[in-house]
Amino acid sequence: MTFRARHLLGIEHLAPEEIRAVLDLAETYVELNQRTVKHSDALEGMTQINMFFENSTRTQASFELAGKRLGADVMNMSVAHSSVKKGETLIDTALTLNAMHPDLLVVRHPASGAVDLLAQKVNCAVLNAGDGRHEHPTQALLDALTIRRAKGRIQRLTVAICGDIAHSRVARSNLILLGKMENRIRLIGPPTLMPSGVQDLGCEVYEDMREGLKDCDVVMMLRLQKERMDGGFIPSEREYYHRYGLDAEKLAMAKDDAIVMHPGPMNRGVEIDGELADDINRSVIQDQVEMGVAVRMACMDLLARNLRAERGARAVGVMV
Amino acid sequence: MTTLLTNARLIDPEGLTEIPGSLLIENGVIAGVGDVTAPKGATVIDCGGKCLAPGIVDLGVKIGEPGERHKESFRSAGLAAAAGGVTTIIARPDTNPAIDNPETLEFVTRRAAEACPVRIRHMAALTKGREGREMTEIGFLLDAGAIAFTDCDHVVTDTKVLSRALTYAKSLNALVMGHPQEPILSAGAATTSGKFASLRGLPGVSPMAERIGFDREMGMVEMTGAKYHFDQITTARALPPLERAKANGFDVTAGTSIHHLTLNEFDVGDYRTFFKVKPPLRPEDDRIAVVEAVASGLIDIISSMHTPQDEESKRLPFEDAASGAVALETFLPAAMRLYHAGQLTLPQLFRAMALNPAQRLGLPQGRLATGAPADLVLFDPDAPFVLDRFKLNSKSKNTPFDGQRMEGKVLGTWVDGKRVFPGEA
Repeated sequence: MTFRARHLLGIEHLAPEEIRAVLDLAETYVELNQRTVKHSDALEGMTQINMFFENSTRTQASFELAGKRLGADVMNMSVAHSSVKKGETLIDTALTLNAMHPDLLVVRHPASGAVDLLAQKVNCAVLNAGDGRHEHPTQALLDALTIRRAKGRIQRLTVAICGDIAHSRVARSNLILLGKMENRIRLIGPPTLMPSGVQDLGCEVYEDMREGLKDCDVVMMLRLQKERMDGGFIPSEREYYHRYGLDAEKLAMAKDDAIVMHPGPMNRGVEIDGELADDINRSVIQDQVEMGVAVRMACMDLLARNLRAERGARAVGVMV
Repeated sequence: MTTLLTNARLIDPEGLTEIPGSLLIENGVIAGVGDVTAPKGATVIDCGGKCLAPGIVDLGVKIGEPGERHKESFRSAGLAAAAGGVTTIIARPDTNPAIDNPETLEFVTRRAAEACPVRIRHMAALTKGREGREMTEIGFLLDAGAIAFTDCDHVVTDTKVLSRALTYAKSLNALVMGHPQEPILSAGAATTSGKFASLRGLPGVSPMAERIGFDREMGMVEMTGAKYHFDQITTARALPPLERAKANGFDVTAGTSIHHLTLNEFDVGDYRTFFKVKPPLRPEDDRIAVVEAVASGLIDIISSMHTPQDEESKRLPFEDAASGAVALETFLPAAMRLYHAGQLTLPQLFRAMALNPAQRLGLPQGRLATGAPADLVLFDPDAPFVLDRFKLNSKSKNTPFDGQRMEGKVLGTWVDGKRVFPGEA
């Protein structure tokens, strides 16, 4: 077994073999998910709680489905609307849930590092479903699986990540994962949406999108969040679309077989041309959603195995 | 009461020397230094060759009275100071309510006198409620014993208010202390921008915000001629303008904090909130530049910037956690890191930790000379230990040095000739 992690807090803590272990196992779940009877008993009897301190429909649905297909009892908590409003701290919420003995805790939180903090206080496996601008590891893993299936490999590719890099946890996790798998990474975006010191992290930074897309194998677009659109970071939505929106003309700079990705939800006509997003020859956006469920099943399966091994070892008094 | 401390390594921050010798205390005053012998009836204490230096004068200590006594009281801060070799606390007015009127100042002065075993002097707010709108009663506050005026980490953004307050303070020869930081640029920042902040996904502020704040305040000083102290200079970029300001003869001094001298941004690691201070920890290049500026004397004063925070304020996601670290007891051992690294000598350290702050504030302390008050610290710079935060005297235990190996132990602290640490067994 090459996957040793107790929690999945970020790609930063994973070794390349662990990433490969997740992707390999996920392949089997892709296959399972295409059958009529989509059921496994990997999490049979286990309890999974999805704790979302930030609204999300897609990620939460994906985790919920993944857990249910693996046979877990799944509970969703939208914490953004409940006890946090009453002044309860993150730690107290975590301790309360911990007392209910969940086995897997899926957490999304608007503050960077909040999921790490929570993981220190509970004794189940914690999956980071996105913390602030820090990491979103399952997104990077599902992107990796999508790329591997489309390109036949997940190394020695030129990957462009475009748009709002500064506020994107998806960009960070992908940057780390693709770097660990030895790919060439280009970051493309306006300087106001580029994190400082990023050129020291082993990637090339471009302000000109056409230049940056030259000969790329993979083009990853990021969502531009509404609150960044006017005022502060960019002059206007239309200027952004003109300079950084992906359309057929800009995509022509990339390799002829380059694939287009987007973590969703998309702003059609802001960061990506609507027709291009639907082009089944270039866009793998729907595949990403499909891979999402499989990758999340793989992650939870692997964490559950480690959890069982740890508990079994503790029961017979072995040091772990 | 006469005491002779013999066989000591005397750390003299005025002459920048360290020589073996003795020191005689008579009636709370240093009566002789160097080659002195015990008069009849004197208590003789053998220092065992350890270091004897003027007690630390710590400019900018936060105490929780009034308002946050659960975080730190005058008693707990005083005990921590005594155990850390700090003989004079210069307390900050960023309490709740702020110390911005003579009545509140009289209250804290009385409370401190009852409870605090070391000397303590209070600063007062420069503007009412530290809100930057109206100046405080600077004259009355001076009469009531305010030693300097500061809004602490609140920057007075209204330049009209600031210019009037500085002009008024200047007429009374009062020292004003400011926090060089551009408040809009640094709003919401939890780290210094750069590779580390980007990797951790934390909002960062450019080190330039300090320089912009510095330039703005320096402009106000040039306009008003006020006597001004910059509380914390922590970046390389603010050093050249500081050097120019001093060369141009303005009455300005600058300080920095022991944390910015001994830690850098990477120490935050996996969101460790005890390392969240204000301004945020800096890259290593900045730390080195600031250490060199202390060695050259460009930066005058090192402070602990003691800021007690309870567990609840720190057990939060990094962005939401409160800033600040307790430091009264770890100040000296942290400073010894700079000594052991060969970056600062002991006399240079005590120049910045005792002599310069005392002189800037017009206090007679900080000197190891005949006639100076007998406020002293005896310490072993080499004694190793592992810091356990729960053994600190402070009510709050938020130290970034928890669990770290440190060197430098305080063996004895005297205030006004009386031993305040260790207390009677």
